[in-house]
Amino acid sequence: MRYLSILLLCLLPALSFAGVAKDIADDPVMERRMMLLAEKVRCLVCQSEPVSNSHSDWSKDVRQIMREKMQAGASDQEILDLLVERFGKSVLFDPPVDKETMPLWSAPFILLLLGGAGLFYQLRRRKGQVVDVELSAQEQLRACALLNDPDLKDTPQKDTHA
Amino acid sequence: MMRFILPFVIFLVLSVFLYKGLGRDTREVPSPLVGRAAPAFVLPLLHEPEKKFSPKDMQGKVWLLNVWASWCGACKDEHPLLMELSRQNIVPIVGLDYKDKAVDGEMTLRRAGDPYSLVIADLDGKVGFDYGVYGVPETYVIDKQGVIAYKLIGALTAKNLRETILPMVAGLQAK
Repeated sequence: MRYLSILLLCLLPALSFAGVAKDIADDPVMERRMMLLAEKVRCLVCQSEPVSNSHSDWSKDVRQIMREKMQAGASDQEILDLLVERFGKSVLFDPPVDKETMPLWSAPFILLLLGGAGLFYQLRRRKGQVVDVELSAQEQLRACALLNDPDLKDTPQKDTHA
Repeated sequence: MMRFILPFVIFLVLSVFLYKGLGRDTREVPSPLVGRAAPAFVLPLLHEPEKKFSPKDMQGKVWLLNVWASWCGACKDEHPLLMELSRQNIVPIVGLDYKDKAVDGEMTLRRAGDPYSLVIADLDGKVGFDYGVYGVPETYVIDKQGVIAYKLIGALTAKNLRETILPMVAGLQAK
């Protein structure tokens, strides 16, 4: 009796059916296309996350609208344009280069130019400051002696620079 | 001298930018819809679904479109202000019940009070999407020609009502 009930219990899992996860869109090709496009779109409620990764309601809505538009035959660009029209260029992670976004795009180059100019100026100035000092014969000898001296650290250093 | 002034100036400029950044709401995104015609739609009224509303019906009037929902917490914060505004009778407020169940929306208004001239039901959120809604509540000021003059993302406060929205409404009404 005991073995029979154990046997029956072992059979129990066979009775449990899990619903098969349904493809969100019936068309997996379109679903992949949608997800690729959704990667380019910023989730406005979570800011630094693309719509493709986000679990927010808003992102779900956007994905649903993308599916609907794709089913209706819209191109990727048309869908992005539609989103920009409603939510502004900041929905795109890669906003188009135009008058409004010019400061954003040009900032790194401007900073690079400024830094380069600063560096150039500094180097020019320093070049003017370094003066080649002609050593006299006596100083030459002393320099050689110092360089060969194994106890260089102990010899008192005399500042010969201007 | 220059050695000290230059880093100090850079530090000051950075500080100003960072300080400004502190007070900014990163959720706020400038809406491209401001200055454009309010998107057209036809939606049923929440209380009388057989009746329809379209923004055209408000032609010639300055009006507020307030997007809310029964599930929205910040909407409860701004609700007393809306009640007060509707008592003053300055400007018609159209409520748009966004992604909600009609029953829940109606219950909320019955319990808390209904500040709206009329309430439209955007139960699937399609119209909200057309208006670029991504956080509820949102409030739009729409002028006599049906152009969106202003969009507020987030709850109304006594301050932005007094300093921004009401002066704007008065200005548009005088036009």
